[in-house]
Amino acid sequence: MNQESNVKGGEFIIKETQANQVFIPEEFSEEQTMMAQATTEFVDREVWPNKHRFEKKDYAFTLSLLKQTGELGLLGIYVPEQYGGLGMGFNTSMLVCDRISGATGSLSTAYGAHTGIGILPILLYGNEEQKLKYLPKLASGEWIGAYCLTEPGAGSDANSGKTKAVPSSDGKSFSITGQKMWISNAGYADLFIVFARIEEDKNITGFIVEKGTAGISMGEEEDKMGIKASSTRQVFFNDVVVPAENLLGERNGGFKIAMNALNVGRIKLAAACLDANRRIITESVNYANNRHQFNQPIAQFGAIKQKLARMAMKHWISETATYRAGQDIENQIASFEAQGLSPQQAKLKGVEEYAIECAILKVHASEAASYIADEGVQIFGGMGYSADAKMESAYRDVRIARIYEGTNEINRMLTVGMMLKKAMKGELNLIGPAMSVGKELMEIPSFDLPDADTLFAEEKDSLKNLKKAFLMVAGKAVEKFGMHVEEEQEILMAAADMLMEIYHLESGILRAEKIMAMGKDASLQTDMLRLFWLEAVEKIASAGREAIYSFAEGDEQTVMLMGLKRFTKIRHNINVKDVRRRVADKLIAENKYCF
Amino acid sequence: MKILVCISHVPDTTSKIQFTSDGKSLDTTGIQFVINPYDEFALTRALWFKEKEGGSVTVVNVGKANTEPTLRKALAIGADDAIRIDAEPTDGFAVASELISLIATEKYDLVIMGRESIDYNGTQVPGMVAALLDWPFVNACVGMEVEGGVATCIREIDGGKETVKASLPMIVAGQKGLVEEKDLRIPNMRGIMTARTKPLKVIPSISNEVATEAIKFERPAGKQACKMVSSDDVKALVDLLHNEAKAI
Ligand SMILES: Cc1cc2nc3c(=O)[nH]c(=O)nc-3n(C[C@H](O)[C@H](O)[C@H](O)COP(=O)(O)OP(=O)(O)OC[C@H]3O[C@@H](n4cnc5c(N)ncnc54)[C@H](O)[C@@H]3O)c2cc1C
Ligand SMILES: Cc1cc2nc3c(=O)[nH]c(=O)nc-3n(C[C@H](O)[C@H](O)[C@H](O)COP(=O)(O)OP(=O)(O)OC[C@H]3O[C@@H](n4cnc5c(N)ncnc54)[C@H](O)[C@@H]3O)c2cc1C
Repeated sequence: MNQESNVKGGEFIIKETQANQVFIPEEFSEEQTMMAQATTEFVDREVWPNKHRFEKKDYAFTLSLLKQTGELGLLGIYVPEQYGGLGMGFNTSMLVCDRISGATGSLSTAYGAHTGIGILPILLYGNEEQKLKYLPKLASGEWIGAYCLTEPGAGSDANSGKTKAVPSSDGKSFSITGQKMWISNAGYADLFIVFARIEEDKNITGFIVEKGTAGISMGEEEDKMGIKASSTRQVFFNDVVVPAENLLGERNGGFKIAMNALNVGRIKLAAACLDANRRIITESVNYANNRHQFNQPIAQFGAIKQKLARMAMKHWISETATYRAGQDIENQIASFEAQGLSPQQAKLKGVEEYAIECAILKVHASEAASYIADEGVQIFGGMGYSADAKMESAYRDVRIARIYEGTNEINRMLTVGMMLKKAMKGELNLIGPAMSVGKELMEIPSFDLPDADTLFAEEKDSLKNLKKAFLMVAGKAVEKFGMHVEEEQEILMAAADMLMEIYHLESGILRAEKIMAMGKDASLQTDMLRLFWLEAVEKIASAGREAIYSFAEGDEQTVMLMGLKRFTKIRHNINVKDVRRRVADKLIAENKYCF
Repeated sequence: MKILVCISHVPDTTSKIQFTSDGKSLDTTGIQFVINPYDEFALTRALWFKEKEGGSVTVVNVGKANTEPTLRKALAIGADDAIRIDAEPTDGFAVASELISLIATEKYDLVIMGRESIDYNGTQVPGMVAALLDWPFVNACVGMEVEGGVATCIREIDGGKETVKASLPMIVAGQKGLVEEKDLRIPNMRGIMTARTKPLKVIPSISNEVATEAIKFERPAGKQACKMVSSDDVKALVDLLHNEAKAI
């Protein structure tokens, strides 16, 4: 479990990772599994049967559940013991976040806002007094936290907020004035992390503000599409006087806090999609097994099997990549601590190292979950459209995942942007590999076949080529536009899509391989991986073409298109229909998600 | 009060039951094992006794090392220590024979079991243990209180309930009612973390009593599709009953 990952953040695109360097969910310890099961037991008993209450905007119910999760220890899972938490590792906190989030987006959002963006700014940037004062209350659930970054005029452009913090003449306090919008947990929060600008600072600054402070008021609850019982309100600050000791981190350092909290928020959001996927797949299989049309269960129709198989495949891949990155972060934190960093610094830097992966996961997981919920509705037919069945709310709830914690557009651009920045700073050697791909394009293609005796030889060979496809497209784009490539958003989007598929494909191959190395049967996992592979290759080919068409012309375009064709070639065709049926038949036999 | 709770390690109720190809045992691949639900009621009741009157709660299982996670879950829920008697629980009598020497040497005041183990549903162990020890035994117990070494137990009987008294030490086989479903405890995270520091003692098997042997398991025949006969077509019904079902 403590395998030292020597593949740093973003490096997956230029390095080959071995199966023994990644963590897979099959490796969770007995203790972690017990925690996950206890969390699921709680959800099955208290949350799932009461799903309808969330749709009736029962905010008090959400709050009471948050309090119960506090009693179970789920809110303080990642908070160190000296601050009243359990001090578990990063991936364990991911696992709990996964299992608590499956029944309803309302609780998922409330839990995420509290433990992620609510607690983390203090955990990562608070000084000793702040941590001792606030973390125990937040870890136990005695207090609920909220995170106030977004404003009516500052959404994606979060650093442009107009909220002001005016220092008092004696320097002992700040007076905060401004308007925050879309604040999760606002209605029942006891503590607000508020971002405001001091004087004409370039960046915003973070503050800890307690609920009772004079001058705080709230807008009405927003009338939302989904996650209806998660409280979302505007919060108004009118001359709210906050003692100077409640300044979080450094003056002018709030944007960094906001971004680092979001890094964690993003990977946690990926985790938060997972149990919703499992539950939707289970409900869908169960429904398909029981619903008869044309004298047979609809589960027996190929059109339905194909959906079930793709749903399972998308979830499996998402889960695989999420826990791979989660463990990479955990290992990185441990290794920073071993190098002498404080636990707080190590936690911060550990996540920051994998910021690219966090953004990749957020986008991919939220889109996979949207697909799964959508097909869930479809399998339920008319019942899927009825508010009496569980699919309708799942479909609406999942929609927010593509919007908050940075929209998927912002995150797509971030993935590529961060990668290029790392390359510029010399932290990631993209130039060398990109140049050698350029050279390879000019050479006669190699006719060496992958060694058929090694496991997943063909998939791995293809993976290597897909990485080349990315390097070719991104490399040429940077060559052409320099740093102005950031203005070519369409190209960045296409490049981001390529990156995401590559990271997930690699994770899938390594998981299947590692399951086999454990001596277990991975035949259906291999099926799912191959399904994903085929789809990934198609996506990468089409994203690559789109990018190439939009900036290369003439001979250059021809060479690049030929290169892309070479890099996205699959040697042996696979009977996808049979593969999907095998996966679906297993789900149907088990009558639940079972991988 | 020194309490022992006997825990059977059983497949989760939603498991799909399959047998190994020789038909001689349960195929455990992919099956999740849990604390026998009846034993969870017993454990919770035992914890209430401890919390109200003091004392200790030990859990025991007769089984091989693969049952230890189930025992650790009982520790996470709140038991003080656990014992695993290292033997294959081949039948109810084997289990009972293993348990009696532990119970006799450790001098428990109260032994609470489940009414039935939901794997093989033998309902054998509690009665056998009581008989072998010659201790009082209350079966199908749905409520109990202890005062001054005397237990007042309510047990379910056909069409009603019976209240009985017995003096400790005694054996109780409990079920829902001893505590309610809502009282069952979900282990909290701290409990799970402390479970690894609580003692789990493995003691060797002391008896090799084997009274029965499993020859073959088979699944009940699947339900036949239902045939609908029009209400005014009595002849067709008779015909089916006679020629197909051979019932008349
Ligand atoms: C239910 C809910 C809960 C929330 N909870 C919180 C919370 O607890 N705390 C908090 O601080 N915020 C919260 N938010 C706010 C959320 O983070 C923002 O809504 C989100 O960041 C998007 O900002 P916006 O709504 O202003 O959209 P905009 O920024 O106006 O975006 C509109 C569209 O334009 C696109 N876009 C914007 N900028 C660019 C660009 N540079 N290039 C390309 N496309 C661009 C976006 O991708 C999007 O498609 C919540 C929002 C909702 C709906
Ligand atoms: C590998 C293996 C092979 C088996 N082979 C057979 C077989 O061939 N034939 C067969 O009939 N059964 C077999 N069993 C099942 C075993 O007999 C039962 O699981 C159970 O241990 C005893 O029988 P019972 O059904 O009468 O329990 P019950 O009397 O129904 O159980 C009542 C209570 O007794 C206690 N109890 C039961 N079992 C245990 C235990 N193992 N440890 C501690 N407390 C316990 C619990 O409190 C339980 O609620 C096998 C089990 C295993 C694991």
